[in-house]
Amino acid sequence: MQTEKPEYVDFAVTARKYKTLLTKKYQNRKQWVNPSPYDIQSIIPGTILSVFVKEGDVVNEGAPLLILEAMKMQNRIEMPFTARIKKINVEVGVRIPRETLMIELEALDNE
Amino acid sequence: MTLKKNILALRQKKAIVEKGGGDKAIEKQVAMGKMTARDRILALLDVDSFHEYDLFVEHEERNFGMASKELAGDGVITGTGTISGAPICIYAQDFTVMGGSLGLKHARKITKIMDHALRMKVPCIGINDSGGARIQEGISALAGYGEIFYRNTMSSGVIPQISVILGPCAGGAVYSPALTDFVFVVENISKMFITGPNVIETVLGEKISQEDLGGARVHAEITGNAHFYALSEMECFDQIKELISLIPHSNQQKAVSVEPKEPKSLKNIENIIPADPKQPYDVREVIHALTDDSKFLEIHELWAANIVIGFGRLNGETIGFVANQPMYLAGVLDCDASDKAARFILYCDAFNIPIVTLEDMPGYLPGVDQEHAGVIRHGAKMLYAYSEATVPKITVILRKAYGGGYIAMNSRHLGADFMFAWPGAEIAVMGPEGAANIIFRKEIMEAEDEDAMRQQKVQEYIEKFANPFVAASKGYIDAVIEPSETRELLLHALEVSKNKDDHRPAKKHGIPPF
Repeated sequence: MQTEKPEYVDFAVTARKYKTLLTKKYQNRKQWVNPSPYDIQSIIPGTILSVFVKEGDVVNEGAPLLILEAMKMQNRIEMPFTARIKKINVEVGVRIPRETLMIELEALDNE
Repeated sequence: MTLKKNILALRQKKAIVEKGGGDKAIEKQVAMGKMTARDRILALLDVDSFHEYDLFVEHEERNFGMASKELAGDGVITGTGTISGAPICIYAQDFTVMGGSLGLKHARKITKIMDHALRMKVPCIGINDSGGARIQEGISALAGYGEIFYRNTMSSGVIPQISVILGPCAGGAVYSPALTDFVFVVENISKMFITGPNVIETVLGEKISQEDLGGARVHAEITGNAHFYALSEMECFDQIKELISLIPHSNQQKAVSVEPKEPKSLKNIENIIPADPKQPYDVREVIHALTDDSKFLEIHELWAANIVIGFGRLNGETIGFVANQPMYLAGVLDCDASDKAARFILYCDAFNIPIVTLEDMPGYLPGVDQEHAGVIRHGAKMLYAYSEATVPKITVILRKAYGGGYIAMNSRHLGADFMFAWPGAEIAVMGPEGAANIIFRKEIMEAEDEDAMRQQKVQEYIEKFANPFVAASKGYIDAVIEPSETRELLLHALEVSKNKDDHRPAKKHGIPPF
């Protein structure tokens, strides 16, 4: 068996801390980040084919925002709820990776 | 009239075809650090035991200039032989012949030998080393793959199927190893992925090397697609031979039994586990103290290290072991560990191998990533596998057995035949700290010194519940035993359950939480 003692770390499972080793997969796991509903992120890498809105536009729910070409399909990204376009971070022709913040929305000031 | 001329002509023809893609192609193969397909078979099988079939099969494709191409054996060597005297069927793809690509006749050779293996009830070993489908043959190549996958499924649970990845195995081809029972990979040589780095870069723009995407280490450590990992082809063949010597060769036979031997580990079994439940130890040392000759063949050693599975012998017979590993992640159960254990339990059940479970786990791994990855669904697989198994099942609770994990690790309630616990076992619905916080919350909050009161209540809980006697008093465990008695009791339990006859309600099959 091993002759040198491995470097154990403290690992909490419910209320108790155990001395143990961590696996590489556990150490590399992604921390969960609460997604904001006002962030329109790309779920797949692809190329922006066209953008239909401008910054400052008030857009209704369901209206098309942009076309993302990925996996030989032209994916239509639609407005999730009626709001204003705060910022557009992409342009036509740009190739973007996954989880790129493409468009930022802001709530309409309530009338 | 003798056949001398014919015999000489046959030998000449064989010599040419047996060279595969020719000397130059063989040189390239060796330069890549790989053995040739024929050498691999000869190294794995017993000396002079290999007999080849379908050596002279030729492809019938006429498109894309294939009419002029002569492909020796159509890129695959198939046949039968023995490993340690046990008959097996084997096929090895030949990378020197058009990159080992799979055409219809290539696939038919493989399915023919797979059909043989299923009918003759012998193990089937496939050595994969292929560039993928032969594009020139078009859909016929896909048809070939489909026929292979269907037979992999038909043979699943009837004969052991082993895949050895000794080269690229990409695209559709990689589903055959995924359907087999055990996958062997070798560092720097094995490559498994569905879409390769080139396609990924073109379509998605993500850059990654072949090794990082689907190299041997990735599959042994991260994806769990590989069961055994070796640093060289010869080491891999030794692992295969060891596995073949332990497993039954069909679901109608028991595994080969050997002369029983006493364990030879130097450590006294009582000294392996620390008394403090927060301190870790290597549960493999406990296994070594129990098995014959202290021999244990671990499966999936690098993946989901928080649980240990593998084969060892008790009284000369092959036994499957499932044990929590407190040395990694405190021995918790999580998605990967549940997957790993559940499939192994299914394998042991299919091939009539008794299962011994060694338990020491503090619960399930908490975390958003675990929950979102579906630890509920994956954890349920283990419950399903244990409940469904009708082989003799023996559990020894070494130390901690809290909450859902107590049930999942083959408790009496899931059908364990024998339940033993060591004197230091803590069988409770929760760890003492967590339980005391909940049950005595009022007392703790109303106390002057919260910490002192909490400590006192934890102590009370430990004395009252964190021991094996509560479960023993209810009959949920059969006996509280001394560690030194464990091996003897395991041998006795296995002796008693030799003719176990258990049935499940008639059904086509259940619906496990895949």
